[in-house]
Amino acid sequence: MTHPPEWLLPAASEGAGRIDALFFSLLALTGFVAVAIALVALVFCVKYRRGSAADRSDPPSQLKALEIAWSTIPLVIFIGIFVWGARVYASLYQPADGAMKVFAVGKQWMWRIEHANGRREIDELHLPVDEPVRIVIATEDVIHSFYIPAFRVKQDAVPGRYTGLTVTPTRVGTYELLCSEYCGTDHARMGGHVIVMPKAQFAKWLAEGAPAGSMAAQGKATFQRLGCTGCHDPRSSLHAPELAGLFGRAVHLQDGRTVIADEAYIRDSILLPKKDVVAGFEPVMPSYQGQASEGDLLELIAYLRAQ
Amino acid sequence: MSYLTEGFTLGSWLFTKDHKRIGILYALAITVFFFLGGIAATLIRLELATPAGDLVGADTYNKLFTLHGVVMVWFFLIPSIPSTLGNFLVPLMIGAREVAFPRLNILSWWIYVLGGLFVVATLVLGGVDTGWTFYTPYSTMFSNSYVVMAAAGVFVVGFSSILTGLNFIVTIHRMRAPGMTWFRMPLFVWAMYATSLILVLATPVLAMTLTLMAVERLWHVGIFDPALGGDPLLFQHLFWFYSHPAVYIMVLPAMGVASEVITCFARKRVFGYRFMAYAILGIAGFGFLVWGHHMFVSGQSIYAGMVFSLLSYMVAVPSAIKVFNWTATLYKGSIEFSAPMIYALGFVGLFTIGGLTGLFLAALAVDVHLTDTYFVVAHFHYIMVGGTVMAYFGGLHFWWPKVTGRMYPETLARVAALVMFFGFNLTFFPQYILGYLGMPRRYHEYSPDLQLLNVLSSAGASILAVGYLMPLAYLTWAMFHGKRAPSNPWHAKGLEWATTSPPPKDNFDAMPEVPRVPYEYDPRETPA
Repeated sequence: MTHPPEWLLPAASEGAGRIDALFFSLLALTGFVAVAIALVALVFCVKYRRGSAADRSDPPSQLKALEIAWSTIPLVIFIGIFVWGARVYASLYQPADGAMKVFAVGKQWMWRIEHANGRREIDELHLPVDEPVRIVIATEDVIHSFYIPAFRVKQDAVPGRYTGLTVTPTRVGTYELLCSEYCGTDHARMGGHVIVMPKAQFAKWLAEGAPAGSMAAQGKATFQRLGCTGCHDPRSSLHAPELAGLFGRAVHLQDGRTVIADEAYIRDSILLPKKDVVAGFEPVMPSYQGQASEGDLLELIAYLRAQ
Repeated sequence: MSYLTEGFTLGSWLFTKDHKRIGILYALAITVFFFLGGIAATLIRLELATPAGDLVGADTYNKLFTLHGVVMVWFFLIPSIPSTLGNFLVPLMIGAREVAFPRLNILSWWIYVLGGLFVVATLVLGGVDTGWTFYTPYSTMFSNSYVVMAAAGVFVVGFSSILTGLNFIVTIHRMRAPGMTWFRMPLFVWAMYATSLILVLATPVLAMTLTLMAVERLWHVGIFDPALGGDPLLFQHLFWFYSHPAVYIMVLPAMGVASEVITCFARKRVFGYRFMAYAILGIAGFGFLVWGHHMFVSGQSIYAGMVFSLLSYMVAVPSAIKVFNWTATLYKGSIEFSAPMIYALGFVGLFTIGGLTGLFLAALAVDVHLTDTYFVVAHFHYIMVGGTVMAYFGGLHFWWPKVTGRMYPETLARVAALVMFFGFNLTFFPQYILGYLGMPRRYHEYSPDLQLLNVLSSAGASILAVGYLMPLAYLTWAMFHGKRAPSNPWHAKGLEWATTSPPPKDNFDAMPEVPRVPYEYDPRETPA
């Protein structure tokens, strides 16, 4: 593992600057408070040490006004910090429209990355500079956490669901990619690098290693391999929901609920088909748990999105 | 005749119903586990002195930090002040002859020992590698170590916590001496009361959580593993619902000790006594509502994150009040820098740094970067070790004459307090920087660029170890050879000082009455 050359951590994403601004403001504030308390305590300790000639008349044991002041002033400051922190936090999770998508799947003990055009990499993530990227994160086994210190972002990969984050790299360079949630024996060795490249160079890189088909094309192959066409093909004699145009649409369910067909819905429908049965259909679909890997699922989702 | 000379057989100790003897049994037992956890910490810091994983392998390292966490949290910190000093002092401070349920009290110690045996068995069999947090599905479906055995130890020891908490609540409600109203109680008793509420209300949730975890691991019942239809975040919610309040189980008693010691050696009434008591209750209450701040990047809803962030700042307010009030207590005092006072002031300083760095972690966006890094490790060690352990040693020295009837060597004790303070800061301050630089927790290997800070931390740990070994040596010596202590060597005001050192079996020869508020110290009347 190599570390970025600068002593201080480089700030290489759009959000990093905003997080650092809050971090160093807090450092200044808390540093000031700590030094102030220490100084006051030190002055008291010296001045009122046993045997000193200081004035000790009418030692106060309470002062309501003072106590109310030092309860409410911190409260106001704390609420201010909260609002600042919450605003930046919310911005990290704003889905940027038109952001390019990258898929990261954690597995003991590596990060498998797949780009939308089907190019795959392991423990390396190539990204174009100044381009918003939505990273969709999943895991094959235990909880991992996708951590890029130079971007100041981290997101747990949770079994059974998709998580994600949006970043915009702002500096060309090579940065650490880590796993920050303990995941077993080689937790410390899980990870590699994020390589941020100029846009043109990235486009070239992406095209170079592209396999025969995009993620969607591979999803189509997976769709056929797993036999999904048997029921979901419009010409099929078996009555199953039509999948063309499904992604992003509202779906009415048997039990009266309405859900948006997002990544999590499609994933659940493949693995736990009885969970969200579409209104007007029999719950006859078998589970594909154990047959469709996390990679297959992401490709199937890409295929359905393209439909 | 004192409680120490009531019987000399082993049975007179192991089956005693005397709260004072039980306090000592606890002190001996937790000392064993403190040094067991300390050995694990030493090996961890030795391994981290170099960037490569050269001293121990990955699996051994993972077992070491798990052992360190499990032992230090449940077998040292949780029982530390409540079960030792709390057991000894609560009846004495409120003017009672016993706790409400003496038999449950000795039962709680035996349960603690039984729980401890499970942990020793886990260690002998080959250890456990899940981390003290037992996160699922790693703990239920993936770990090849003795998870159920370790969890059983934690499950069992929880019942000793519950019994101790129950005992204190009933004792404080029902057995206060005539005149000892709620607002005449020492702050240490207030702290024990609030701690007991948490022990009784939160510990059962831990027991249930670990049971569910064991059921999933043993019989593959889907609770937390999504492959079986469960939800891993459910485990985190349940686990932190106990484990965040558990931090207050550790730190509220420490605040109680600091309040007693600072007021005595400043010869001044605790500043803002009522605010201090309310702050204790406020921390205990709000402490139940902040668990989700451990989960800001876990995949929980960002709106849940916002609620938990705001509530976390609410709990910071009473903590800030306490720091200001301790500082104000020094104003116009007559301060003597005895060993207990050095420990107590050290506690205030380290707790303040731990608390202020908590503000970083409660700020959502900053936590995204800092969580699961060494910044968090540094933060909670400042609270739990810099805070609780410093205060525990402060309390141990302060009440040592009362407990043993002998004085400890003052100069050595002051030196040890300073060594501990310096060693602690050198160990843990560099870890804040390591965390900001992005070094994740639970790594046995790390980037060579981070070696300098890690070497400083390991060097500090060796100094800290000396700081902890010193009291082990001189307090053991003082137990048998220390100068005989008078009833009230510090000229302190609490009821525990109104009886002999060591106290008689029934605590007081004549039942005390309490006509006044606590801490009537006057800085102008300096004791000789």
